[in-house]
This record gives sequence, structure tokens and C-alpha cells, in this order.
Amino acid sequence: MADEVKVLGVWASPYSRRVELALKLKGIPYEHIEEDLLNKSSTLLKYNPVHQKVPVLVHNGNPIAESLIILEYIDETWTNNPVLPQAPYDRAIARFWANFIDEKILNTVRKVCLGSGKEQEQAIEEITEQLKLLENELKGKEYFSGHSIGYLDIVASVFVFWFPNVLEVLGIDVFTAEKYPVIFEWIGKMVKIDAVNECGMPKEKHLDLFRTRLEALKSSAK
Amino acid sequence: MEKSDLKVKVLGTWSSPFVMRARIALNMKSVNYEFLQERLWEGKSERLLKSNPVHKKVPVLIHGDKLICESLIIVEYIDEVWPSAPSILHSDPNERAIARFWAAYLDDKWFPSMRSIGFARGEDEKKAAIAEFEKGLVLLEKAFGNCRKGKPFFGGDQIGYLDIAFGCFLGWLRVTETTSGIKLLSEAKTPALINWAHRFCSDAAVKDVMPDTEKLAEFAKMIASKRRGEAPPKS
Repeated sequence: MADEVKVLGVWASPYSRRVELALKLKGIPYEHIEEDLLNKSSTLLKYNPVHQKVPVLVHNGNPIAESLIILEYIDETWTNNPVLPQAPYDRAIARFWANFIDEKILNTVRKVCLGSGKEQEQAIEEITEQLKLLENELKGKEYFSGHSIGYLDIVASVFVFWFPNVLEVLGIDVFTAEKYPVIFEWIGKMVKIDAVNECGMPKEKHLDLFRTRLEALKSSAK
Repeated sequence: MEKSDLKVKVLGTWSSPFVMRARIALNMKSVNYEFLQERLWEGKSERLLKSNPVHKKVPVLIHGDKLICESLIIVEYIDEVWPSAPSILHSDPNERAIARFWAAYLDDKWFPSMRSIGFARGEDEKKAAIAEFEKGLVLLEKAFGNCRKGKPFFGGDQIGYLDIAFGCFLGWLRVTETTSGIKLLSEAKTPALINWAHRFCSDAAVKDVMPDTEKLAEFAKMIASKRRGEAPPKS
């Protein structure tokens, strides 16, 4: 029986896109189902009742939620072109930085979006420090995963399209090649990879959408 | 030298549920380790800041010259470096994903909601915090029913990843019950989890590292007074 793989996601979500990137890198055919997060489908609610979020990978009818967990599932299920390193210590380090990107950096981005004045300034300062740590982690390597794209690059793909667009909408100019030459060199390599580009987001469309979402986020947070 | 023969140390505190996870995992694998106790309420030591410069938190697993941080990452590392039985994670990718999902839920949603009960100001806030927390317990009771497949633990016949991820919070759960005066795990709402909790705490890999509830409650009082600035300032 052929595998049936679906991804419930949204084109503008970096979490969603990273799952698709992993599937493409492994050459796994899948069906993308675009969700409307303002009007969640019964399918999404059925497959992810706890968080009601995207992405959800549905493999032969079986749902897996949470992007980092999905990435590990993909690597364990389709063992060709492994994305996680083999050695336990290297795996632990990759997982550590993946966690750092999601729990620290992306959380701080949320604080920047919702904050204002001193609070926002502090959050921006936090992001610049966090990015420095990431820059250091990448030094001396072609990719986060070594000589070729792997798990941590897939997780970090959020910095290739989504992150610069978001900062542009916020009018924050901290993410530059001058400040982070190693990360920007890595971005230059990433955009040359077909699968990465296929999982990108059209810039103008994303900027428009994010502007609208930011307004909605700000008014609902009041 | 075999990787698995290198010296193992755990940097942590007796009261931290996250540190417990690392210790239970090592106990399950019968790995001897040195427990380096931090006194976090007195400030973060040089040793801690060097071992975990990014987060400055415990636990840190020190294996030879390698430093591994973040409790769930440590547990997976232990399972991979010492792959002999018992396995901590299931071998099936779907079972692993389910266990990881609930562990993430515990850390991101459930434990913070338990802490909110302690930090709640006034009866209304406390009631809301408890209601939120109990919703989570109902989900976990259901998840237990699905995961256990009739066996004693989330992991099956033996404790596994999700038992460790969840069970480590039992000490603090009991303290929260004492201080709030409310039975959070109850026969009425969480009958299966109540029995699971007893079995978990009696497990050979767990019982020596599960803190005594009274001692933990005293400790919680001490920390709370420090936070309120009632303790004399450190000179």
C-alpha cells in the first residue's frame, strides 16, 4: 500500500514550511492542505484537538502535531537522506539549538510584535543577543548541520524568508549582513537549494498578510 | 575508551523536577553518576554559568568533556548512548511522536498552569488557575488511557519517556495540593492517574530521587519568603 502523506498547514507559517521542506528533501510526495486559521476546519480540529494549530502531518490517517516532533517522526519513518546527525551528542546539540530558536528567538519576536516602548526595546535587544549566539554556533560550518543541509538548517529556515519579512513590517533593522555575516552567508547558500525556495513565501504577499495579522494581534492583545 | 565508560555527572538540585528526569533516566540504565548539587537560591555558581552559558539552568549532564542541556534532550541522549534495555523511548516512530507531544505539552502548558495556582492572587484567580490546570489533567488522564494499552505505565510494562516527563512533577503537584487545599489528582476525575502515580513513585529508578513532599513544601516556603524579601540580604 502506498503511503498517504498530508500536511495541514498555511503558506505563511514557518513551522508549516519547515515540515514541507523536510518532506521535499527526502523526496516524499505529500498533499498540502491549506488551512484558514481564522476559520479552522473540522479536519484540523479533529487531528489536533489539543492545540488546534498547524502544522499537522497526517500519515496514513495518523496525525502528528508540533513541527519539531514532526521533523523527528519524518526522519525516523523515512530513513533515506537522514536530516538528524547520527552521533547522540551531535543530535543533542542540534535539538538544543532547535529548541533555542523556537523557545527563545521566536518567542522574543512575539514580544517585539506585541510590545511597545521600553518593553519592545528590551525585546529587540534580546533578539540581537540571541542571534549572536546563533551566529557563533554557525561559525566554521557551511550549514548548521555541517557540509549539507540538515535538521537544524530546516528549523532555522525561518530566518531565510519569514524572519526578515517580519522585521521589515515591524520597521526593525537589526538583522543585517553587517551584524551577522555568517548567518547571511548561510542564507545565501540556502536560497540556492530548490527545496528551500519551494518552501519560501512570496515576499509582498507575506508582508501584506503580516501587516494585517499584526494589527489583529495587537487589538486582540489589548 | 568506550563512550559509555566516560565519567558521568549531573549538575542540579534535589528539588527540580527537570533534574529528576535526568537522574531517573540514568538510574534506569544503571549508570553511576556524581550528583553535583547547586544551591540556586543563593545565586548561580560559576560552574553552572560555565556549563550552561545559554540558559544558565539545571539540569546539565556532564559526560566526559561533553555538556548536554535541557532535561528532555538529556533523557533522549541517555537513551541513545546507553541503548541497552530498558529502552526509555519506544522504537516505533508514532509512539515516540505521541510521547514527545505530551512531554512538550507538560512543559509548555501543564506545568506552567500548575505554577499559576501557586502564584494566583485572590480566590478568583486561584479558582481560574485550578480550573485550567484540571482541564489539563483530564487530557492527561485520557492520554494515559490511550498510551498505556492496558499496561501499568505510559511506557507499557516499565516506565518510559512520558512517565519520566510527567512523573517528575508529582512532588510539586502534592505540594500544590497541600498549599491550595484541593485534591488535584482525585479518584473522581483521574482514577487511572492516581494509581499510576503510586506505581511511578515506587519504581526502583524513581524512589530515591523523588523528593519528600514535606521537605519540598518547606523548601517552597523558604523560596517564597526569599522572593518576598523576608530573608536577610546576602552580603
